[in-house]
Amino acid sequence: MSEVTSAVARDVKKEFHVVGKSVPRRDGVGHVTGKTVYVDDISFPGMLHLKMVRSPIHHGIIRNVDFSAAEKVPGFVRVLTHRDVPKNIYTILCLIGVGPDEEPVLAVDRVLYKGEPIAAIVAETEEAAMEAVSRVRLDLEELPAVFDVEEALKPGAPILKPWGTNYFVYEGHHCRRVRFGDVEKGFAQADYIIEEVYNTSPIEHAPTETTACVAKPEPDGRYTVYTNTQALFFTMDNTALILQVPFSKLHFVGGTVGGGFGGKVDVIVEPIATLAAMKTGCPVKFKYTREEEMRVSSTRSAWRMYFKDGVMKDGRIIARKVISYADSGAYNRHTPYAVTKHAANVAGPYFIPNVYIDAYCVYTNRQPASAMRGFGVTPASFAVECQMDKIAETIGMDPWEIRFINAYRNGDMRPHQKVVEDATLIEVMKAAAELAGHQLPEHLLKMHSWDREKA
Amino acid sequence: MAKLRGTGIAAVNYPTGMNLGGDPSQALIHATTTGTFVISLSSTDLGQGLKTVIAQIGAETLGVPFENVLIDTADTDTGPHCMGTFASRATHRVGNAVIMAAKEARKVMLEVAAEELEASPDDLDTDGQGNIYVKGSPERKIDITSVALAAHFKYGRSISGRGMYIKPKSPVDPETGKMDPDSTEAHACVVAEVEVDTETGEVTVLSLKSAYEVGCQVNPALVREQIIGGAFMGMSHALYETTAPYYPSPDHAPGSFSEYVIPGPHELPHIESVVLEYPSVNGPYGVKGVGEMTANAPIPAIINAISNAIGVRLTEYPVTPEKILRALERSPKLKQPAQTGA
Repeated sequence: MSEVTSAVARDVKKEFHVVGKSVPRRDGVGHVTGKTVYVDDISFPGMLHLKMVRSPIHHGIIRNVDFSAAEKVPGFVRVLTHRDVPKNIYTILCLIGVGPDEEPVLAVDRVLYKGEPIAAIVAETEEAAMEAVSRVRLDLEELPAVFDVEEALKPGAPILKPWGTNYFVYEGHHCRRVRFGDVEKGFAQADYIIEEVYNTSPIEHAPTETTACVAKPEPDGRYTVYTNTQALFFTMDNTALILQVPFSKLHFVGGTVGGGFGGKVDVIVEPIATLAAMKTGCPVKFKYTREEEMRVSSTRSAWRMYFKDGVMKDGRIIARKVISYADSGAYNRHTPYAVTKHAANVAGPYFIPNVYIDAYCVYTNRQPASAMRGFGVTPASFAVECQMDKIAETIGMDPWEIRFINAYRNGDMRPHQKVVEDATLIEVMKAAAELAGHQLPEHLLKMHSWDREKA
Repeated sequence: MAKLRGTGIAAVNYPTGMNLGGDPSQALIHATTTGTFVISLSSTDLGQGLKTVIAQIGAETLGVPFENVLIDTADTDTGPHCMGTFASRATHRVGNAVIMAAKEARKVMLEVAAEELEASPDDLDTDGQGNIYVKGSPERKIDITSVALAAHFKYGRSISGRGMYIKPKSPVDPETGKMDPDSTEAHACVVAEVEVDTETGEVTVLSLKSAYEVGCQVNPALVREQIIGGAFMGMSHALYETTAPYYPSPDHAPGSFSEYVIPGPHELPHIESVVLEYPSVNGPYGVKGVGEMTANAPIPAIINAISNAIGVRLTEYPVTPEKILRALERSPKLKQPAQTGA
């Protein structure tokens, strides 16, 4: 069904004992026989379960929350609201200087997306917690919501952020900018101007194991948190900041994850489960249901990308202007950085002498987006490669040839002013063409990535 | 109605690692009394095989058998800091940290062996099979267990090492976007072949043929798994997956796998790939990152193949049957069958 072969290129010397060898994966047998211990397999006597009271609307004011019926459910232990969270408003990248804080652990007086957590219910069983959640009476005043990235930036759109705009501010700018050469001059010189708009959808990580943790009080006054986070210290440090406890009070254990794909680098279940363990003195499990994983947890952000390329008759792209909008949903999570990574890659693996990029991180009333495999580059690669085919079609050139002509090579300057030093685009194209049985013309087969031929 | 075939290509780069506020990872190595080497980390294995490839890198640098190396991760009380497993960074960052720690531990191991063999440490080498021998006279050798026992009970030496790798912070220039956001670039080219059913709008991906250049491979079987798994995920993104089927409308959000459509194993296309190895300048044993990119390249290749098949350029994903049927209404290729009233 599938076949992958290796071709050793250049001067790789295979004189290693074990590097380069396909030794069997050590945890493979445990994974395929169901013996590997995941977080949901962990249980302790007296363990409580946490479930969230979530917003049923996309945008609204919280007038009142009535827990009186929930408190009567057998097995109900306690409720946690924003008043219980020491540093309720946070942003997960604060440890590396990204701000301002803007996401509540539990909503205060307003909800910005359907599914936003308003209160946590802790109960003796998962069923009792769910039953109590269903009996909480929410009095909400619905507000107009915005779901489209460009609508969100128009005057009159509902403003979602305390700083008064629906975009992340990059050092005083509306967006992450890349400026290289003179794009307008390039358009003026070009034989063709080729424009297109590309759209992608929000996507769920769909891990086999849903996001989960168990927080357990220890006799020495510390808390052990068993978690399937992709970033153990990052999650622990953020948890300590949110709970305003010394970092040494926490002990995080993990390392085995049933599918991450970027969906488990948010810090979502650990702070509130640890707080619940502190308040109750009992171990507390908080595990997302599949429905929460899909409708509440972060997604891959949706993107809209406007491309305008100036192209010469010989196929050279001499100017590219891209205006991109990332739909961050209601909060930052990791999207501000995804936009930066996108900006560094949306010109593609091609040498283009004039590039202008404005990449926006936009807030909407959608479940937050965050990190996902490919992180800002996935939409860039999609748009760039579809655009390459459009250029080829427009100017009447073979899709292989347009890519060879424009491929970046070692020594070229990329738009974000980093010199290319390990280009192999031409080499993989030659290898893929050969594998697919596509005969490339001689002048393309002669090309390589190491340096530019003299014109 | 007809079944239309098309071919599409995509060629992509993918950056290894990130650099936001500095991007470090650490490793600690120590030998037990009997010569098992424990590599302590706080890194996470997402199922991609990190624990295995890190043990391979550690064993190679130490010069001991793979079976002698254990990975102890992830516990914040015992494992030193790792930023986390994302951005195709783990093998690159953690691998470099492990090489540094292993070199330090290996130095002590050879010094102890030198005492036992009455030789200079500079004249010694490891055979990767559990022995340390005098270069040029391989019969003068000592096994790793004896060295570790001697280190513990005779010389009082700790066979251990500390390793740290950091990609330093490189702030983005807010005016020009000048930045150094990554460590190296991997590359791929995918050729997709599809068949489009013009009656149902359904797409069958017939084959994905690709070339990947990922630096040097630590474990070719695990690279192969990434390529096949990524091809499947990329195909799923291109054709099926969305949490907002009518984006930007939030309606019809799926809540289970019965509504959130992912292809089954029987839809796996024929996948063939060739892996090129051009060593990176800064990766451990020349590696680059293969984790994320394998899901990227198939998406535009498949969509370009569909555009090629139906004669209409598609500009958004997922390309659902509904979108294909609507696009077919604009297709010059289908004018003829439409007029004859299929």
